[in-house]
Amino acid sequence: MCGICGVLSLGSNGTDARLIEKMIGTIRHRGPDESGIHCSGRIGLGHARLSIIDLCGGQQPMPNADGSLWISFNGEIYNYVELRKDLERQGHQFASHSDTEVILHLYEEEGEECVRHFNGQWAFAIWDSRKERLFLSRDRLGVRPLYYTWKDNCFVFGSEIKAILAYPGMSPEIDLIGIDQLFTIWCTLPPRTVFKGIEELPPASCLTVEDGRVRRWTYWKLDYGVGYENWAEEECATKLLASLTEATRIRLRSDVPVGAYLSGGLDSTIVTSIIRGFTDTPLKTFSISFENAEFDERKFQNEAVQFLNTDHHEIRISGQDIAEVFPEVVWHAEKPLLRSAPAPLYLLSKLVREQSYKVVLSGEGADEILGGYDIYKEAKIRRFWAAQPESRIRPFLLKRLYPYLNNLHSQPVAYLKAFFHVNPVDLRDFLFSHLPRWELTARIKALFSEDVRSAIGSYSVLEEIRDSLPPGFAKWDHFAQAQYLETSYLFPGYILSSQGDRVGMAHSIEGRFPFLDHRVVELAVRIQPTLKMRVLNEKYILKRAAGNLVPAGVRTRKKQPYRAPDIESFFASGKPREAYVQELLEPERLRRNGMFNSNAVGKLCEKVRSGAAMGVKDNMALTAILSTQLWIEEFINTPGHRSFGQRGSHHATI
Amino acid sequence: MQPFESEVRQFVIDNFLFGESGDDLSLEDSLLEKGLIDSTGILEVVGFLQKTFGIKIEDHEIVPANLDSIHKIAAFVRQKLGDAGGQGNESK
Repeated sequence: MCGICGVLSLGSNGTDARLIEKMIGTIRHRGPDESGIHCSGRIGLGHARLSIIDLCGGQQPMPNADGSLWISFNGEIYNYVELRKDLERQGHQFASHSDTEVILHLYEEEGEECVRHFNGQWAFAIWDSRKERLFLSRDRLGVRPLYYTWKDNCFVFGSEIKAILAYPGMSPEIDLIGIDQLFTIWCTLPPRTVFKGIEELPPASCLTVEDGRVRRWTYWKLDYGVGYENWAEEECATKLLASLTEATRIRLRSDVPVGAYLSGGLDSTIVTSIIRGFTDTPLKTFSISFENAEFDERKFQNEAVQFLNTDHHEIRISGQDIAEVFPEVVWHAEKPLLRSAPAPLYLLSKLVREQSYKVVLSGEGADEILGGYDIYKEAKIRRFWAAQPESRIRPFLLKRLYPYLNNLHSQPVAYLKAFFHVNPVDLRDFLFSHLPRWELTARIKALFSEDVRSAIGSYSVLEEIRDSLPPGFAKWDHFAQAQYLETSYLFPGYILSSQGDRVGMAHSIEGRFPFLDHRVVELAVRIQPTLKMRVLNEKYILKRAAGNLVPAGVRTRKKQPYRAPDIESFFASGKPREAYVQELLEPERLRRNGMFNSNAVGKLCEKVRSGAAMGVKDNMALTAILSTQLWIEEFINTPGHRSFGQRGSHHATI
Repeated sequence: MQPFESEVRQFVIDNFLFGESGDDLSLEDSLLEKGLIDSTGILEVVGFLQKTFGIKIEDHEIVPANLDSIHKIAAFVRQKLGDAGGQGNESK
């Protein structure tokens, strides 16, 4: 795992090695082992390396044999062994044992189409000097990040926005539409980011700059239009397990030891169990536990550890821990956060690093592709109830939702009914499954200042999503529609990014995700929804597939998605835990940054201090305000100067 | 506006509108339909009423018919206080 950056000059000036050095310097946390630069004429490429495969060879940027191609690559191509054999049969000769070189050879063979053969997670740039073409690509699901912009007739790109901001004369500005999007769906719609003019290459996309023109295209899509297989239950479970086992096997390819995250849930336990089947050497596992029992899953983690007999390490998280690292986390995420949940993962990757590990496998993606989340269940119940609105029995199913949200369950059914009430118009809305979440989130926009609200005007991200849904979406069943929405937006934009790549790479830790092997994803797409969620039993087919690979307690437990405490991480007994919390919520500071209405924030703070703020909306609002204030201070007001969160070990300045 | 109404209204504005003027919040508006109350908001309303007016609200009384607008809440509080007063007198 690594960091990449580069500049392509379309003017008469060449690129400056010192500039590339400065850019790559901002993201050395992604690759502290080595760094390299290639500058020649109009192109400059930078690379920060975390050495995992071919520790001695594999330096980057890497040329092909005749030096006409240069690559800077972040990620892993897991099937490089098989691809290399094919290429060798076709006469290609290799100078190293790295997956990087395989990309170059396959590009020589197939040009841009080479990406279709890769199984892995990647963001890379190839400079094709013969064609004078810069070619960028990003993996299918969006595991690894890539951003770009234009400045002074130069195309500037990097793994993180920090690298781009290091380009001379950059003055970052807030993209208010991006902010509006994030304050509704928890992320922006790529290519838009929260920085005006800086774009994100969307997942499953390639981009070329050639003859002064930019061309972007998509090489893969999540398509539920392919139809379902008629597999019987047993047959389907066998296929799923075989596919997942193969996906895990190739994700163990590494020249350094590989560990695993254990959350206490089904997904990470099954992945860890599969790893155990491949190795006799002791396996290190890592997990987060919480002081607050509401969030803690230690009981199940311990059960999994005993069952799998791993060398286990855990980090116990308090609210104070979250408060202390939150500014660092925002610095790495480079965008506002609506939840504190990335912070414990940031501390977890630190623990892994302290154990001298660089690579961990986890169960990420299973809930998206196999229907694990309560949002799918909620949509199913609401539709079922709406079909017979007068039913006295059906609304009681609402009690089955979100068993982990204590406050929600303190209410009588009459109120649950009112909250989950189905408006007949919504039933026909393509976004039906996600409307409750997105509408609830959008309420926190009431805290925006007048100026911000008038700048955003009548813009609606939901309209933009409705207009950009894939052809055929209308014909997909409701379960597939909900899965598509979850996997296409929140997943790459928040889960894999703020809660994934960024908090892992902050401590140079690479996550690997067997459920995101595109063969597993494509198999899951063809599994009948009734096998994914049997009545209201989520991930039913995975539980069947897991069989004896996981302890019974983990298989039959109630699902609890990973969450962390929000308001109580920033305030204890009504008092801010850290000076920055106090400072950033002061009316003067709020007014200066201009994003929020200081009176409204004041009311929220009063509520927080009195201990009355407990709803989902209040928790989200406070976290959003703090993270946005931090983000503005760190990136907009004094770009490159980390005025907050200087505790961490990486003090890169832009 | 009667005293209960104005107190309840101020509570709603401070806690759910975060001090927005509340100009377009009428006494009859459904707090649910206006999206002012999230999934735990009603517990905050109940907590406020119990504390401010010294009434005890039973689970079966937590229904939209009693609590879904400022008017309904105020009427509910009046009724509860009336009931409590009546009971109080009897017990004396």
